[in-house]
Amino acid sequence: MLKRLKNIDFLGLVLWFIRASIIAVVIWGSVATIIQNPYTTRNWIDFIVFGIAQGSMYALIAIGYSLVYGVLFMINFAHGEFFMSGILTATVLIAGPLSASGFLDEQPVWGLLLILAVSMAVSIGVALLTERIAYRPLRKAPRLVPLITAIGASFFWQYTFRGLYGSEVKPFPQIQALAGTVPLFGIDMLKSQLIVIITTVIMLVGLYVFVMRTKTGKAIRSVAEDKDVAVLMGIDVDRTITITFGVGAAMAGAAGVMYALVFRQVHFFMGFFPGLKAFTAAVLGGIGSIPGAAIGGLFLGIFESVGPALFLQGLGIPAPHQLKDVIAFTMLVLILIFRPQGILGERLAEKKA
Amino acid sequence: MPTMQDFNLRKAINFGLIAGVISLFISVIGMTTLLSKRQLIAGVLTLGQLLIFLAPALLSYQAAEKSSKKSRAILNSVVAGLAAATPLALLILLESLFNLRQFFINVSPDLIKIINFGQGTAAGMAILFAAMGLIGLAMGLVHLLQPQIRKSIFTGLVVMLIIGTFSELLTERLRAFFGVEFSKTIFQSKALLPSVAAIILIVVTVFSIVWTKTGDKIKQRLDVIPAGQKRTIKAGNWVVLLAVLFLLPQFLGSYLTEVTNNVGIFVLMGLGLNIVVGFAGLLDLGYVAFFAIGAYTMAVMTSTGALGVGVSFWLALPVSVTAAIIAGVLLGTPVLRMRGDYLAIVTLGFGEIIRILANSDMLKSFLGGAQGILNIPKPEFMGTALIQPGQLYYVVLAGCLLAAFVSWRLSRSRLGRQWMALREDEDVAEAMGINLVKTKLLAFAIGAAFSGLAGAIFASKLTSIFPHSFNLLISINVLSLIIVGGMGSLPGVVVGALILVGLPELLREFAEYRYLMYGALLIVMMLAKPEGFWPSAIQRRELHAYEDPGPVPDNAQTE
Repeated sequence: MLKRLKNIDFLGLVLWFIRASIIAVVIWGSVATIIQNPYTTRNWIDFIVFGIAQGSMYALIAIGYSLVYGVLFMINFAHGEFFMSGILTATVLIAGPLSASGFLDEQPVWGLLLILAVSMAVSIGVALLTERIAYRPLRKAPRLVPLITAIGASFFWQYTFRGLYGSEVKPFPQIQALAGTVPLFGIDMLKSQLIVIITTVIMLVGLYVFVMRTKTGKAIRSVAEDKDVAVLMGIDVDRTITITFGVGAAMAGAAGVMYALVFRQVHFFMGFFPGLKAFTAAVLGGIGSIPGAAIGGLFLGIFESVGPALFLQGLGIPAPHQLKDVIAFTMLVLILIFRPQGILGERLAEKKA
Repeated sequence: MPTMQDFNLRKAINFGLIAGVISLFISVIGMTTLLSKRQLIAGVLTLGQLLIFLAPALLSYQAAEKSSKKSRAILNSVVAGLAAATPLALLILLESLFNLRQFFINVSPDLIKIINFGQGTAAGMAILFAAMGLIGLAMGLVHLLQPQIRKSIFTGLVVMLIIGTFSELLTERLRAFFGVEFSKTIFQSKALLPSVAAIILIVVTVFSIVWTKTGDKIKQRLDVIPAGQKRTIKAGNWVVLLAVLFLLPQFLGSYLTEVTNNVGIFVLMGLGLNIVVGFAGLLDLGYVAFFAIGAYTMAVMTSTGALGVGVSFWLALPVSVTAAIIAGVLLGTPVLRMRGDYLAIVTLGFGEIIRILANSDMLKSFLGGAQGILNIPKPEFMGTALIQPGQLYYVVLAGCLLAAFVSWRLSRSRLGRQWMALREDEDVAEAMGINLVKTKLLAFAIGAAFSGLAGAIFASKLTSIFPHSFNLLISINVLSLIIVGGMGSLPGVVVGALILVGLPELLREFAEYRYLMYGALLIVMMLAKPEGFWPSAIQRRELHAYEDPGPVPDNAQTE
C-alpha cells in the first residue's frame, strides 16, 4: 500500500484531488438540496422530461460528430453551424411565410415535413460545401491543420448567415396543433417535447439500421476501420466520406427543427453552444459509436436540466440555472480528463492522438 | 502540356462563374453596400465596387494565363468576365420580379443601385455585362504585356488602391502636418482625386520598372559587404526601429495611437499564445481566460468603486501577472496528458467556464456580474496619470518589448528547443529525456503571464470591464493572428496583429464582417499558406519539406 502511494506522481495526485473535490461538491450539494427540498415532485418530473427532449436534440447533433470522427479522426468544429444553417434558413424562407398564410395551422403535418426537408437539405448542402472546399484538400495534413480550418469554417458560416438573414433573433411560429399538453403515464407532457422525443427515436433507429444493414453503411464502417484496406476492397473512400458528412448534417438539420419546436426562436449564433454540448455528448457516450452518441446526449440533457437544481441549489448559490452551461463544460472537461473513451467507446482518442 | 490545351471556353466560363458567385456572395451578405460608402477615387470608384470587380478581374486574368495561345487568352478572359457578370445580373432580375428583401435583409435597393449602376433592370444588366467584359478584356491585354511591366502595373494599382482606401486617415494626417490647402490638392471629400490617382499609378509603375532593372545590382552590392559590417548594419536597423517606435505617437495623432494601443495589446497576447501554440504546439482555445483573470485582478485591486481595493496600477500589475500564471498552472495541470484536438476543446471549455462564472450572480459580490467593474483608474507615472493614448502607448510598448525580448531569448534557449521537440513529437521528446510536465506547465505559465499582463493593461486602459468582453472570439482573434503571421514567428505576431486587429479598426465599416474574414482567412491560410505571411525559418522548412526537397532552405529567403 505504502509502496503504491510512493509511485503516484505529482500529476496523479492533482487528478485525484480534483476527482475527490468534485465528488464531495456533488454529494454535498445533492444532500443539501434534498434536505431543503425546494421543488415538488412535479418540478422534478418537468426537469427530467425537458432534459430528455433537450438530450434528444443533443443526440441527433452528436451523431454527426461521431460519424465524422469515426471516418476522419477529426473534430468537425463547424458541425454546430450545419445545425444552425438548416433551421435558420427553413425558418426565414419556409416557416415564416407558411405561418403568415395560415398553411402551418391548417396542415401542420405537411408544413412540418416541408420545414424538416428544407432544414435537412440546407444543412447537407452547407456540410458538403465545407467538406469539399475546406476539409478534403487537407486530409493528409498534420492534425492541428484541419481543426483550425474547421474553426475557421465555423466562424465563416456563422457570419455568412448573419449577413444573409440579419443578426436579430427570429421567432419560430407557434403551431396550434402542437400547443398544450397530453396526458401520458400519468403526467402532462408538452406536445412539442413529445414530438421531439418520438421523432428522435425514429431517426436514431433509422440511422442505426442504415449504418448496420445497408451496403453504404457497411462502406462507412469499413472506411472508419481502415481507409487503406477499404480502398483495396473497392470502396470509393471520397464518396463514402462525403456521404458520412451528408448523413451527419441531415441529422443536425433535423435537430435544428427540434430546437425550434422546443425553444421557438432561432438566430445565427445558435449553433455554437448546442454544437459544443453535442460534442460533449458524443465524447460522453464514446466518440465513434452511434448508440454512444444517443446515450451521451440523453445523459447530458438530463444532467444539464436537473443538475443546477440538484447540485447547486443546496449550496446556496443564487440563480443556479445561470450555471447550467458551467455544468455541461465541467462535465466535458472531466470526461476528457478521466475517461476519454466515454461510456461505450473504445480508446480511440489514445490510439490516434 | 495537356492541361494547357485543355483550357477551353468551358473552363473559362467555369472560372468566370466562380468569380461571379464570389461577387454575388459578397453582395448578398451586405458587404458591397456597406463598403460603397468609402470612396477610393472621388466619383470614380468605391470600395464596394472594387470588391465586386476584384474576383472577376483576378479570375479572368487566371483564365488568360492558363490559355495556351495568345489569341485564345484574350477570348478566354473576356468570356470569363462575361460569365462573372451572370450571377449578379440574375440577382438584378430576381430582385425586380420578387421582393427578395423580405428574406435576405441585405438585398436592398441600395445594393441593386450599385450593381445596375442606377440604370434600371434591363439597361443595368447590359452595363454590368459590358463592364465585366471590359475588365476581362483589360486583363487579357495586360496578360500580353512583358512579365516585368505587368508586375509593375499591378504594383502601381495596388499602391493606388491602398492609398485610396485610407484616404480619410491620410487626409486627417496631411491636414495636421501640412494644412488644409495641401491636403485638398490630393484628397477631396475623403477620396483620392482622379488626377492624383492617375499620377500615383504612373509614378509607382515607372518607379517599379526602374527598380526591377537596377534593384538586382544594389542587392549584389549588399551581398559583398563583409560580415562585420553587416552586423553593424543590423544593429543600426534595430536602433532605428526602436527610435521610430519611441517617437511613433508624435506622428500618428491620438486616433491612430489608440488603434496602435489596441494592436499592441493583441501583440502581447499573440506573443503569449505563440509560446503555447507556436513553440510548444499545445492548441489552447481558452486563452482568453488568462486575459480575463489579468483584467479582473487589476480591476478588483485598483478600482476606486465599491468593488475595488484601490491600490496603485504598478502594485497591481505584478499581482495580475502572478494570478494569471497561477491560473495557467492550475488549468494546465489537469490537461497535461491530453493532446491535439481534445486539448483544444477542454481549454475552450475552461475559457467559457471562467466567462460564465464572471457573469453569474454567484460571484456578483466580488466581480460585479453582468454589470462588470467600473472606475478603474488609469496608470500613473511619476505623479501624472497616463490619460492620453499617446501616454498609455508607452506602457503598452514596454509590455510588448519585454514580452518580445523574453520570447526571443526563450526561442533560442534549451527550454525553447524542448518546446519545439514537444511540438514535433511528444513521445519522442519524452524518450529524449524531456520532462513533459515541467516543459508543458512552463509553456502554459509563460503564455498565461503575457496574457495576464495584456489583460491588466486592457482593464486600466478601458477603465471599466464587463464579462462579455472576454468571450471566445478573443481567443479566436489571437489564434487567427498568430496563424496569419506564422506560427512560432515573432515578427509574424506583429504582422498578424496589424492585419487582423489594426485593419478592421481603420476600416470601421468592416467591423461587422470581421469574423467572417477571420474564418475565411483561417481556411485560406491552412489551404494555401499554412506557414503564415512571415514564417519562422524552421516552420517554413518543415511545411514545405515534402514539396521541394531540393534547395537548401536558407537560400529560400533570398527569393
